[in-house]
Amino acid sequence: MRHILSILVENEAGALSRVAGLFSARGYNIETLTVAPTEDTTMSRMTIVTTGSDEIVEQITKQLNKLVDVVKVVDLSEGKHIERELMLVKVRAAGKDREELKRVADIFRGRIIDVTDKSYTIELTGTTEKLDAFLEALDRSAILETVRTGVSGIGRGEWVLKV
Amino acid sequence: MELKPPPALAPGETLTGAEIVMRSLAAEGVEFVFGYPGGAVLHIYDAFFKQKAVKHILVRHEQGAIHAADGYARATGKCGVALVTSGPGVTNAITGIATAYMDSIPMVVLTGQVPTRAIGEDAFQECDTVGITRPAVKHNFLVRDVAQLAITIKKAFHIATTGRPGPVVVDIPKDVSNLPAPFHYPDKISLRSYSPVMKGHGGQIKKALQLLVEAKRPMIYVGGGAILGNASAEVTELVRTLGYPVTNTLMGLGSYPGTDKLFVGMLGMHGTVEANMAMQNSDVLLAVGARFDDRVIGNPAHFAAGNPTRKIIHIDVDPSSISKRVRVDIPIVGGVKEVLTEMLTQLRANPQRPDEAALAAWWAQIATWRAKDCLKYDRAAKIIKPQAVIEKLYEITKGEAYITSDVGQHQMWAAQFYKFDKPRRWINSGGLGTMGVGLPYAMGVKLAYPDAEVACVTGEASIQMCIQELSTCKQYKLPVKIVNLNNRYMGMVRQWQEFFHGNRYAESYMDALPDFVKLAEAYGHVGMRIDDPSDVEGALREAFKMKDRLVFMDFITDQTENVFPMVPGGKGMSEMILSEEL
Repeated sequence: MRHILSILVENEAGALSRVAGLFSARGYNIETLTVAPTEDTTMSRMTIVTTGSDEIVEQITKQLNKLVDVVKVVDLSEGKHIERELMLVKVRAAGKDREELKRVADIFRGRIIDVTDKSYTIELTGTTEKLDAFLEALDRSAILETVRTGVSGIGRGEWVLKV
Repeated sequence: MELKPPPALAPGETLTGAEIVMRSLAAEGVEFVFGYPGGAVLHIYDAFFKQKAVKHILVRHEQGAIHAADGYARATGKCGVALVTSGPGVTNAITGIATAYMDSIPMVVLTGQVPTRAIGEDAFQECDTVGITRPAVKHNFLVRDVAQLAITIKKAFHIATTGRPGPVVVDIPKDVSNLPAPFHYPDKISLRSYSPVMKGHGGQIKKALQLLVEAKRPMIYVGGGAILGNASAEVTELVRTLGYPVTNTLMGLGSYPGTDKLFVGMLGMHGTVEANMAMQNSDVLLAVGARFDDRVIGNPAHFAAGNPTRKIIHIDVDPSSISKRVRVDIPIVGGVKEVLTEMLTQLRANPQRPDEAALAAWWAQIATWRAKDCLKYDRAAKIIKPQAVIEKLYEITKGEAYITSDVGQHQMWAAQFYKFDKPRRWINSGGLGTMGVGLPYAMGVKLAYPDAEVACVTGEASIQMCIQELSTCKQYKLPVKIVNLNNRYMGMVRQWQEFFHGNRYAESYMDALPDFVKLAEAYGHVGMRIDDPSDVEGALREAFKMKDRLVFMDFITDQTENVFPMVPGGKGMSEMILSEEL
């Protein structure tokens, strides 16, 4: 099953490698990983999307909590939450394709943020499934490059992850 | 050398980083630092030279320094401390650090680093110490600012010695050890991201106790956590109050008295039939500071499927040890001493006592397993049996010695045949299984307890992995007794090759062995070679009479002897091979 782990870590050199090293050493999956400082500059927030049985995800959570630099771990997928991912896609856009590409981007509420006479760069935000669906909707051969940030997530309502 | 506390500082006085290191170690009450100098730690060695609070023990290889600090920590329960230089000093230390990590040994390792401006430039004797040690430590630090040095050392000791203990590395660049800073060593420290839970959940303990007193076929399984957590007294009281069978893991030996009738022996790959069968067939299993590892329960699927109704209670300070390999019914996170103390309080208040008839039937069943006498061996043999040497060692030291061991067959025989009645007397590498630990472990133990008998049970393969430490033993007059069970094979490798690889003894024969008697003498010690079973006792008695000499006893033992019982890798714990089956 897919889980979104949200982790507060001390903003120390090496904290990322401790977390990444834990996943590789114990053979856990990382589908996506994002990390950036929070409003409290002493801490960073890491979001990891992983897959595994309930037992494995329980072990991952316990092992993460064991790392000295980890302040808090929450499995967002245990409750109501919102997740978003940002994607930048550069597509070949020449001649009659330009109109069609713009229409598809509009349908997905994407924004064209850079234009040349041969290409568009489209910015798209949404869930992982939405971004996947957008890529499916495009002609594969038209895709020149894709860049995805990985998932960021937050709890719904009053549910917050804070120290 | 007499140890003296350092003088007080004048107001506004600063110290160099190296002096801060020494003051911090003194403030922690460190007696010994095991180490080896080199370029990046020269300021620290200079500071060592100028003080009298902490004693330095110079080893002959950095691996020996870490193992000796580790042995000291295992025997005393205090934090071991080691000091090594950058680059190769650190890489040589890695085996020792990983060994301590696998067995949760409290240790602080100070490492030199190239100057901060040179970090990342592939400087001479540079390595990424924090990166290279990361998977083998509880935590590590690189100190870039001398003002952070004292507090970082404080954090290191705090993390190393609390919760589930483990080694912590503090990497100190050369310039940091020479820069000045005011010195203040905090008495206490708290970290928001690190606060181990020691007190167990009262409700869980109550549920566990209820299950325990209602058990028909109970079993108590005690691991190294009970020794690390100083909980032997509580374990012993609980077991005796309930009258239940108890087993110890390799790491837990001594946490319950090995000579007691409720003790069914060590369990696991080379555990007794009665211990393994009682584990497999119990209806309620209490695990105390143990982690159901592969050398203990074998195949976890077999363990679960063979007895699906068994209820498991697991007490451990590390939540990640619970339900890792085996699903647990009642998890209790907390220090084993704290949890067992609470459990005993509740037990005293609880009028309910175990079902005597059921318990008698269970003990009768255990007696039939015991009757197999699974540790029997040929006592009339014309060639020295390794088991007989251990039995004599036990007899002559009256079971009071500190026994260190290396890794292999000799380790298993020592664990099976030396009965440990007290904790911290059995010092060996259980998790990582590091050949070479035995001699440096013995050094660390002998320094801690100079008046105690310390014997290192080893084999001719293991002992050569840290043989250079015989020189350290000479320098510091450490009269440990080395019991070398010399069968001219890497015995455990040979045993597996015999059982599972069609008797093809690939590279497991030790040809061109040194003359260990001459070798011991070359290092300034006493050597003995014993090849007749009738000389075993006399040799041991003579060796232990030489109170102030290290004696290397080279016992020429039966080459074909195997360790029984044996659970083959990947098999279930009730699927043992016994000696008569071959």
